[in-house]
Amino acid sequence: MDGMITVKGRSLGRFLEVLSSKRSIQGLIYACAGIFFFALILFPPILGILLKWNLIGQIFENPALMARATSAIYASFTIALFVSIIDIIAGLPMAWFIWRGKSKWLDALDTLADIPFIVPTVALGFSIRLFWSDKTQGMSSLFGTSLVSPGWLLVILLHFVFSYPAVVRVMVGALFDYKRTYEEASRTLGAAPVTADRTVTFPILKPSFIAAFTLAFARSISETGATVIVAGTFENGPVLLNNLKTTQEPGYESALVFVSFILIAVACIIYAIIRIFGPKLKLPIRKVWPVAERKLSGQGLTNLRNTSTLLVFFVLILIPSLFVALPMANAILDGTLNQALSSTGIWQGYWQSLSLSYGIAFVATLLNTVTGLPMAVLIARKRFGMLPSTILDVLINIPMIVPSIALGVSLSIFWSNFPFIPEVGLLIFAHLAITYPYFVRSMSAAIERVNMDLEEASKTLGAKPFTVFRTIILPLTKYSLFAGAIMMFTRSVSETGATVAVITELKTVPVLLVEWVMDVVSATPMEIGLGCGFLIILSFVILLISRGTVRGRY
Amino acid sequence: MPEVRIENVTKKYGKIVAVDNVSLHVRDKEYFSLIGPSGCGKTTLLRLIAGLVQPTEGEIFIENKSVTHTPPEDREIGFVFQTYALFPHMNVWNNVIYGPRVKAWDKEKSNRIGDEMLEMVLLRERLDAYPRELSGGMMQRVALARALAAGAKLLLLDEPLGALDAKIRFELRYDVRKLVKDLGLTAIHVTHDQSEAMAISDRIAVMKKGKILQVGTPLELYMKPQHIFVANFIGESNFLEGYVSKVDKKEITIELRGDILVQALDHSRKKGEKVAVAVRPEVLMIEKGKKRKENAIFGKIERRRFEGTDIRYEIRLENEDLVVAVRPALINEWLDVQEKVTVSFPIEKTLVFTYPKKGLKEELALE
Repeated sequence: MDGMITVKGRSLGRFLEVLSSKRSIQGLIYACAGIFFFALILFPPILGILLKWNLIGQIFENPALMARATSAIYASFTIALFVSIIDIIAGLPMAWFIWRGKSKWLDALDTLADIPFIVPTVALGFSIRLFWSDKTQGMSSLFGTSLVSPGWLLVILLHFVFSYPAVVRVMVGALFDYKRTYEEASRTLGAAPVTADRTVTFPILKPSFIAAFTLAFARSISETGATVIVAGTFENGPVLLNNLKTTQEPGYESALVFVSFILIAVACIIYAIIRIFGPKLKLPIRKVWPVAERKLSGQGLTNLRNTSTLLVFFVLILIPSLFVALPMANAILDGTLNQALSSTGIWQGYWQSLSLSYGIAFVATLLNTVTGLPMAVLIARKRFGMLPSTILDVLINIPMIVPSIALGVSLSIFWSNFPFIPEVGLLIFAHLAITYPYFVRSMSAAIERVNMDLEEASKTLGAKPFTVFRTIILPLTKYSLFAGAIMMFTRSVSETGATVAVITELKTVPVLLVEWVMDVVSATPMEIGLGCGFLIILSFVILLISRGTVRGRY
Repeated sequence: MPEVRIENVTKKYGKIVAVDNVSLHVRDKEYFSLIGPSGCGKTTLLRLIAGLVQPTEGEIFIENKSVTHTPPEDREIGFVFQTYALFPHMNVWNNVIYGPRVKAWDKEKSNRIGDEMLEMVLLRERLDAYPRELSGGMMQRVALARALAAGAKLLLLDEPLGALDAKIRFELRYDVRKLVKDLGLTAIHVTHDQSEAMAISDRIAVMKKGKILQVGTPLELYMKPQHIFVANFIGESNFLEGYVSKVDKKEITIELRGDILVQALDHSRKKGEKVAVAVRPEVLMIEKGKKRKENAIFGKIERRRFEGTDIRYEIRLENEDLVVAVRPALINEWLDVQEKVTVSFPIEKTLVFTYPKKGLKEELALE
């Protein structure tokens, strides 16, 4: 019996091998991946807005709405710019600290830095609002008054919290790839540590700085759910779009299209500018101040830098993001947990939303993994030449850099032309578009790192293209594959902006939690805390399972 | 004057001892090489001198000043890395004047030195080029110019020629030595290539497993190796196992396998001691046919290899031991495989070592 199965398995493998060596089949696979990308990921968010182009004019007849829209757009970009700069300033020393450190507990620190990454942003938003603003429970209860009321400052704090881990992650990765010989060479030539970092290490790491900055910027521009929770009366682009959608005041459609268009256009322009001028940006390395920089390299200042880095991390990032554990713990004690588990009251809707969220995340992850892999190969191996690969590489990023709610608005306009598509279909399309870049980017980078020699060696030993992929590329990029899939999954679970924009009836769990926090549905802090808690715990479980699956194997 | 003294220096990485209680004195204006198999600690020792790593124990002196706790930027050294470590975001010119610039020398002086250095390594024409546009040999010369432009009198070279093609490596090694001598520098050169070290060094230290086995001039190491590993690592040796059977005033007699006797000049041995007799392939004499002579053994040629300059014979001795003999290929008449020969051991060039406790193979192993 076993033999039969093996033979069958083998013959299937053989069949795929033979297929894979046919150019026409290869072309078909790439074509399918390309059609999927253009038809489902890229075009709907761009075309949707253009379909309602005629509505844009109306907003110019409504000066009050226009003023609101422009100030919200302005707020979005200033906050994103400010937060990204702060992220680099605070994240770099942290990444440095993790890289240089020798003790074992730095591994723990490294993992801790990832926490705000996997906690869904809505839970982060609630946690942070609780910590800084709630007079009865948070830090503020010590002072009897809100330390930071919901508003622009709290939005900045929130955006800092969720974009910081991304920056640290990118910078740590870059530092571990960096050859320290350059720094050593600089030191032997007489440069003090600070001088060596400034004139040699930083310029060499510049592409990673730019990548980290872009990522932080995109996340800040895009985030909706948590921002709504902490914004109060303050409005940035996504919050305005969300408010318009909820209140449906006169002329809102025109404002919706206008703001979405501007956000998408400006985000694309900024991305293009970074992409074109980033590599040309020269860091100032000509001038050197030996005495001052030598003083800056001193042990005292280094210690001060490390201490303040850790202080910022714990006080501004870690404790506020984990503060939700407090009402969560209360919920276990005061019986809320029992209610939740017996699915009474508001909990019935919660469990429904939770299954919807995870179901959609699963489908989106699966589809994007299957269709994203050939795309990643295409980009990494430049199968159709340099220029098409570069263009694809740029296009892939668009769904990530445009604000997700704007993308959602545009997407729902586009798909409303196909009324036979059920709402859950729209939800999946939105999540596909939002998460796609996260996977393809990390995967194509990983494939690019696999030495071509290995692939060629495998071919000279008689492997067909499919076998090369299965035995060489896949095992060597497995970690990135899992990491990419996890990133997609968690991103999908916490996605709020695009979701809000496309739904009318269905509610994913972040949308539901936003309603609880914003008192659309009345819920106690314990209930909200527990609602967030389940989400966080599930994210952790998924993270642990995936780490366990990948660990120790190449 | 840049002389370097290393006193009882140990460097541990966790449980691994990379450098094991090493003491060394490199004299002023000396061209000194550290050689040994890979992993022997030679690069770590060089990095300790540069201050790129800190010793676990011991002290390091440059110009009679302790620099044990001095950071690399204050040690006044020039370091040439195996991979050159030319800054990829700077052109040749900016790489070369990086040292003067970070030391904030005045502009005129920096430019003058940059010009001189590039002139010296014959790369004046390429000062606008970026490292990626240069050949390996050019990069090596830029790395050298950069190290020297910072005003160092002590030049540390970590396998500086290791990444180059054989021919270029051969030419450049004499250039490097000439440069060091012309400028009156002290140089410490790490290499695993013993012929490179022999060709350019005033003195050499042979390292193995974190320890220095012997320090000496190339000729001393070649003629009078004090350690069995050195006898094999510098050049090549045949080793034959035996016992000291007789100690006379002038010479000792060693009984090899098969009751064969050979003589050597060594007075430090005791009767009955187990020894390894070492003799270099190039000093073994071979003659056609069986000839009764002093210090000679009969054998048969088992294999013959033409190696370009030399011809190499593997000879099975009558006691079943195998020895290798090397002859200049174009001067001597070639002997044929299976030919019976007489192999004689010149008494003054036959060396005797205490037989290693761990066995010959282990003692001579390169890893």
